[in-house]
Amino acid sequence: MIPELGQLCTTIALCLAVVQTFFPLVGAQLDKPAWMAVARPAAVGQFVFLALGFGFLEASFINNDFSVLVVAATSNSQLPLLYRMAALWGGHEGSLMLWVLLLAVWTIAVTVSSRRLPEALAARIIGVMGFISAGLLLYIISVSNPFLRLSPVPMDGNDLNPLLQDPAMAMHPPILYTGYVGFSVAFAYAIAAMLAGRVDRQWARWVRPWTTAAWMFLTIGIALGSWWAYYELGWGGWWFWDPVENASFMPWLIGTALIHSLAVTEKRDLFKGSTLLLAIGAFSLSLLGTFLVRSGVLVSVHAFASDPARGVFILSLLIIVIGGALSIYAWRAPGLDRNAGFKVISRETFLLVNNILLSTAAGLILLGTLYPLVLDALEAGKISVGKPYFDTVFIIPMLPLVLATGLGMHAAWKSANLSELLRKLRWPAIIALISSITITALAWGTGPVLTYVGVAAGIWLLLSSLRAPVMRLFGKGPRLTASMIGMQLAHAGVGLFVIGVTVTSTFSIETDQSVRLGETVQVADYAFTFKDLQQRQGPNYTALRADVDVTRNGRKIAHLNPEKRIYRVQTMPMTEAGIDAGLGRDLFVALGDDLGNNAWSLRIQYKPMIRFIWFGCLVMALGGLIAIGDRRYRAAVQTESSTVNAGTATRPA
Amino acid sequence: MNGTQLLVLVVLSLCASAGLALDIHEPLPDPERQALYERLTQEVRCLVCQNQTIGNSSAPLAADLRREIWEKVAAGQSEQEIKTFLTDRYGDFVLYKPRYGGPAVILWLAPGVLLLFGALVLWRVIRRRAALPVEPDNESSRPESTGDTTG
Amino acid sequence: MNRFIVPIIGFAILVIFLLIELNRDPTFVPSPLIGKQIPAFSLPRLEDPDQTLSDADLRGKFSVVNVWATWCSGCRQEHPVLNRIAAQGQVPLYSLNWKDEAERAKSWLQQFGDPYVATGFDGDGRVAIDWGVYGAPETFLIAPDGTILFRHISPMTMDIWENEFLPRIAAARSGAAK
Repeated sequence: MIPELGQLCTTIALCLAVVQTFFPLVGAQLDKPAWMAVARPAAVGQFVFLALGFGFLEASFINNDFSVLVVAATSNSQLPLLYRMAALWGGHEGSLMLWVLLLAVWTIAVTVSSRRLPEALAARIIGVMGFISAGLLLYIISVSNPFLRLSPVPMDGNDLNPLLQDPAMAMHPPILYTGYVGFSVAFAYAIAAMLAGRVDRQWARWVRPWTTAAWMFLTIGIALGSWWAYYELGWGGWWFWDPVENASFMPWLIGTALIHSLAVTEKRDLFKGSTLLLAIGAFSLSLLGTFLVRSGVLVSVHAFASDPARGVFILSLLIIVIGGALSIYAWRAPGLDRNAGFKVISRETFLLVNNILLSTAAGLILLGTLYPLVLDALEAGKISVGKPYFDTVFIIPMLPLVLATGLGMHAAWKSANLSELLRKLRWPAIIALISSITITALAWGTGPVLTYVGVAAGIWLLLSSLRAPVMRLFGKGPRLTASMIGMQLAHAGVGLFVIGVTVTSTFSIETDQSVRLGETVQVADYAFTFKDLQQRQGPNYTALRADVDVTRNGRKIAHLNPEKRIYRVQTMPMTEAGIDAGLGRDLFVALGDDLGNNAWSLRIQYKPMIRFIWFGCLVMALGGLIAIGDRRYRAAVQTESSTVNAGTATRPA
Repeated sequence: MNGTQLLVLVVLSLCASAGLALDIHEPLPDPERQALYERLTQEVRCLVCQNQTIGNSSAPLAADLRREIWEKVAAGQSEQEIKTFLTDRYGDFVLYKPRYGGPAVILWLAPGVLLLFGALVLWRVIRRRAALPVEPDNESSRPESTGDTTG
Repeated sequence: MNRFIVPIIGFAILVIFLLIELNRDPTFVPSPLIGKQIPAFSLPRLEDPDQTLSDADLRGKFSVVNVWATWCSGCRQEHPVLNRIAAQGQVPLYSLNWKDEAERAKSWLQQFGDPYVATGFDGDGRVAIDWGVYGAPETFLIAPDGTILFRHISPMTMDIWENEFLPRIAAARSGAAK
């Protein structure tokens, strides 16, 4: 009964989404206020019914209704409640329900705050989002239905993959999707503006907080996934350049470029073509990523069970949405330009450099990810493109970007004084260089030149970002708005990130050792003693738990408990690493296999500054959050009385 | 459930588990050779668990390939010889780092080409914009709370 | 005007590649050994370890080499097909027993039938690596001069035998006759 109710509600949501699409878009085009007014109620209705449908599905999971196919496929009665609920998005069908629900949430948020927008613009934005919702809901109802029943009803479910039975992993998809899907708002704003023939500073001011909010969630979602992979998968890595990871990272890069391009459009009414293209690009990459993960065209860690029929449907959706958007872009974007200038050294130039470098990085990742696919489609061979390639190639645009960011932050609009800029950042540069060399050499030893360059760049960016706020603390310099503080904090986060990545990539020590019970091994400065091995019972698993003492210079540092678990239902062995976390370094021990003679294989790792990676991401996200709170985004709009030229907006003099 | 489905299930359960490398080889006396061995285990793709390196995969084939590589590194073979040994049997798919020559040459040229292209775009835009008039400050502002250093 | 069309054209090209790739299997690893000589090897025979199975035994006639193990469920599934093919007698079947236990393998063949002229015991898997084996079962078609004509991965079926193996044998025979 409940699944059928869920299906009914979802179908109603689909109908409302179609209404939400058709009437506002056509109404805006034909200037019919009554039709445009349908937008808000339709959006609210769609959200309500979709939330109900989602709720019924979640109820099936909570109540262990194994007659529902997806519940039987990904859940189990022995699963703790939190994971029974999270199992909803552990499989393909359920995760798409989450996707489309979050789209409805963003739509509601836009709808609620749309009162201050011109009616036609609001109608178009809600209409475009409705179009995407309708497409996905149609897909869900037709070929990807989570409410399907299973007969005969199994006694119990297959259980959620033990790798996913983890709090961080439970939260990773909702937060990540919130980010991914949030770029649909900027996308919808872009389409709406192009259809209206008007892209101006006010439009940029409206879009910016939405974009920053989506970006913020995406940042946290990606960081969460990376952190989880590190402590859960047992090999000590935090980024594998797996196609699915790349699928989330590319929208992030383009989204970052979009935020910066919007700054120029808001301030100077320039870069409009770029901003529109980036807005289309960010969400297009989100959709492309969704396709790649579910269609079976890529080999990946967490590609969902693939099915070419589903792939064709999503590809069709991609063609309509992205192809449509790019067609409108080709039609409407020419002629948006205005003849205003800026000098060679100016904030605009730095932001242009920023956009070019971020787009280059995204392009390289796209190329590397899709290259095996292209070659195979051409029957020109089968190759792999993995971490060694991306690690090398990604640095190339990124290092100049760090430099451009540190400088650009302090550059004035229209025309900046280069010697003034260099003077401001001279001391941060000196401090960065000296501290990079000394601290690195003292703490971890010598490394390649690139390491010192990377650490220095990170420290310099950090100092450059904090320069204005710190001076403000001493009463000097201009007052800072929330937007400025957010920006500086986010860039400081990038600096922390760069330091963390550089140090950990160079100075990490990873070793597999055969260790007898009672024996001690030495890794870096630390002595790891394998003291004991015991069995213990978990809620739905049996575990073999090791006791490892870590000392340094005789002083006890940590007591770690790496485990090897066998989950009762799926009978998969899983390792839970024992980690001693610290801001300066992590110590990481994972239990391997019984080698006989009371000896076990232990993977022991020393990871300096690895926490800076995720800490940097959190600081970035915090910067985004603060920036969204800036007063000017909440100010009520002053309605434009200027005439509208097709493609440009003139401002009252 | 037919054989293919069963095979897929076995592969999924084997590969989806967070297992560790099962075997321990003696560290090689020459640290450079040892470093080469460790690096190779992270550059070679496991063909069973195709989302992992043989260094991280618990598949038996991964253990076999690690053994082959270790023996060859210990015997003094060069990186190129070892990689050729692998690609002769499994094709280029087995290497996570694409070869510099061959079909992947575009990948390695791409950073330079894209940067060059970006530099071209940058030059053209700046050249145009630097020549255009810059309007005076009071024209383009709404009442902002402070001066001109907004983000 | 033209730079605004670039994105949509680029997207169109991407879509074409995605469409093509949707119908292919990205996890399939093609063998670089097709068209090359079988690797030189020498293994003790499963049925009699004092005797060897080597590459020389495979030459001089068309032959089929099947890679199998008792722990491989697909091998169990395909075995009746192999028995049928052997019974037809057109082409001799040899096999490599991959990373298995000799006693178990012998009982397995006794229980399910032994379609092979000879089975080489590859306990440590080194020979299988030389053959580029990555997932049992795999079945190779060898020409009389020792060239590897074809490799099939996953359980063997009569369909594959008739549509992939037999035509290649026929083609190679008529090619050699000219």
